Amino acid sequence: MNYTTIVNKQTISVAEIPEVGYYEFFGLNTGFLTGAPERHCVNYFGYPVDSHIKLICCIADDQTHQIYLSSCLVKASDTLDSFTAKNFNFEKFEREICENFGINYTDHPWLKPVRYAHNRADQSKTIANYPFFSIESDELHEVGVGPIHAGIIEPGHFRFICNGEQILHLEIQLGYQHRGIEQQFLEKKKLLQRSTIAESIAGDTVVGHTTAFSQVWESICGIQVSHDIEFSRTLALELERMAVHTGDLSAVCTDIAYQLGSSVFGRLRTPIINFMQEWCGNRLSKGLIRPGRNPFPFSPELANRLTGVLDIYEPHFLEMNVQLFQLPSALSRFERTGVVSYDDVLSVGTVGMAARMSGLNRDIRSSHPFGLYPEIAHEPIIKHHGDVYSRVQIRKAEVKQSMQYIRNLIQNVPEVSENEASFESPKPNSFTLSLVEGWRGEICHCTITDSQGELILYKVKDPSFHNWLALALAVRNNEISDFPICNKSFNLSYSGHDL
Amino acid sequence: MFDNVKIVYHQGKQFIPDVTTAKVPGIFRGRPVISLEKVNEAELLELCPLDAITANPVSIDLGKCSFCGECARQFPNKIRFTTDYKLASNDRLGLIVKEGEEKPIEVNLETIRKDIRQVLGSSLKLRQVSAGGDNSCEMELNAANNVQFDMSRFGIDFVASPRHADGIVITGPITENMAVPLQICYDAIPEPKIIVLVGTDAISGGILGKGSAVDRSFLDKYPIDLYIPGNPAHPLTIINGLLDLTRKRKVQK
Repeated sequence: MNYTTIVNKQTISVAEIPEVGYYEFFGLNTGFLTGAPERHCVNYFGYPVDSHIKLICCIADDQTHQIYLSSCLVKASDTLDSFTAKNFNFEKFEREICENFGINYTDHPWLKPVRYAHNRADQSKTIANYPFFSIESDELHEVGVGPIHAGIIEPGHFRFICNGEQILHLEIQLGYQHRGIEQQFLEKKKLLQRSTIAESIAGDTVVGHTTAFSQVWESICGIQVSHDIEFSRTLALELERMAVHTGDLSAVCTDIAYQLGSSVFGRLRTPIINFMQEWCGNRLSKGLIRPGRNPFPFSPELANRLTGVLDIYEPHFLEMNVQLFQLPSALSRFERTGVVSYDDVLSVGTVGMAARMSGLNRDIRSSHPFGLYPEIAHEPIIKHHGDVYSRVQIRKAEVKQSMQYIRNLIQNVPEVSENEASFESPKPNSFTLSLVEGWRGEICHCTITDSQGELILYKVKDPSFHNWLALALAVRNNEISDFPICNKSFNLSYSGHDL
Repeated sequence: MFDNVKIVYHQGKQFIPDVTTAKVPGIFRGRPVISLEKVNEAELLELCPLDAITANPVSIDLGKCSFCGECARQFPNKIRFTTDYKLASNDRLGLIVKEGEEKPIEVNLETIRKDIRQVLGSSLKLRQVSAGGDNSCEMELNAANNVQFDMSRFGIDFVASPRHADGIVITGPITENMAVPLQICYDAIPEPKIIVLVGTDAISGGILGKGSAVDRSFLDKYPIDLYIPGNPAHPLTIINGLLDLTRKRKVQK
């Protein structure tokens, strides 16, 4: 065997991951994805081992619910054939490997810096001199937006090449938010510090990222968590999904100048996040999820309270939706705007809503279930048009679905187990991979320990890492005035991408 | 049309009538109170993930605190978080809560720049710059302007162009890659160029502030007019902080 198989949240010894030559590694992993829409690359990264770079590639298979791992040892000075030339799934990953270690690729079609990480190999490349794609023409013009945008949002630069009002090409340059998260995971040694870092990866996906971190930590320390902990995490993930989707519906209405929808959906997000505060003291759930313990156990009183919140929320949400989806001026802005085809999402390997909008079934809740999802038997919501309308419809349907899951979950609030898990130090020379479906899509955290059980690598992948390219494809041939609504309908993370 | 009116009617009144006295629901980790009880201080100091707690006297620096509440969980008789959300001050040392002292955190009227109250008392336009913020404080700043909190009723608005702004609101620990854009934005703002730092990440760098990918030199160059702590800062903390800074009538001496 030139690869090994694990499942979500499994820890194995690094030595168990077969190490193969680069051409075998290349053929194996590109071969996995050929003609197999059920498989995609969840993580592909390198880390230094002595004077070499060890590459580890993780391919998830949604049908067998397994993850295929293989590895390869290369030198930083090597020039390699790129996976990307065969399959665009690997595009960002190879750019990251090139940026971090200086490994060069002969035939990568778009070998540009990803985020100008502090520890990048080539320090002469700076964010101010990013090599933008340009077209020489008297007919075309360029529009640059950012890094600082008009509203209160995170920084990133968008460079449009337009023919009149029509966008021919969009290049998205990120990296402004780079805070060295992965490095800080290694430098900060206390568990509480690391939990706090996990909360700071993306403030809109606090539950998603802290759950992924907790699963990694529990797996590599070899502890089982009790039912009430899994209950709290699953419930919090669905509440986070409801809150953000509601906020996104508001944002989409804002961008089509539909004031009523904007105000009503905007205000409907508040009772959900205020409930999170009643539960854990923080509107964005910071402090709620911790490895191995349940700092804020869910009580029957909270369940009653939540039922009350949902009973008021639901009719208002449904009433507003009926109105929005029968409004011709809204529908004409949603339909056939920002289309990404099934072939394109499969080719670039998007995840989460950005895959499900175009008929590609990618949802970790059903394909690699964790928490209480095996019991819930989640059915992903799939749309097929890949336009703004599909993305808005997914949000509407997922809010309803999450609400149903939440109502079912809180029928049986579990007893709280008092004993907190005590952590031994992580297992030495081990590798762990944890997948979580956040509201935006698949979150993947990986870690590797040395012979003392100290972390030598912590790798975070936010779904946005896959999905930014889909936004760039979506706006092609659209009016530049439709960019904001396309952008909001994806709602991708800058900080989760830049780390 | 009729359906729209029906929706508006069903929504009722959503705004918070008085943002200075509103109560926050449930538990909320606002201003901490530290008792004089004797505890193992070394253990307490070691517990804090951000080194926000110091000894002699035991005190918590809200500019460094991540409001995780772990200290109150493990030392419930020593530290307790109240639901008081008025946490903003123009004095960096004013954010430090000491043991045995129970007093509100306030804006020091003596040290506010004169221009601010004279010129910005009823209209304040701000440019927001996220410099490595994780999008939590950004979301709460947006929430401060939603129909519930409705900050714009006080004449406080966020504007797109720095040329239209009276000052800058910074979130995030300030990354290397954002240091130059932040400076360019600040330079484009006309006087009085007030600077407001929102959130623990901006005030002290937070959990990531000591990292090498962060460059906080911008903050050494200019005086800071207001610190609004929180992780993220609550909309009511933000609104009350800005009102206390600019309004004569809102501040009680």
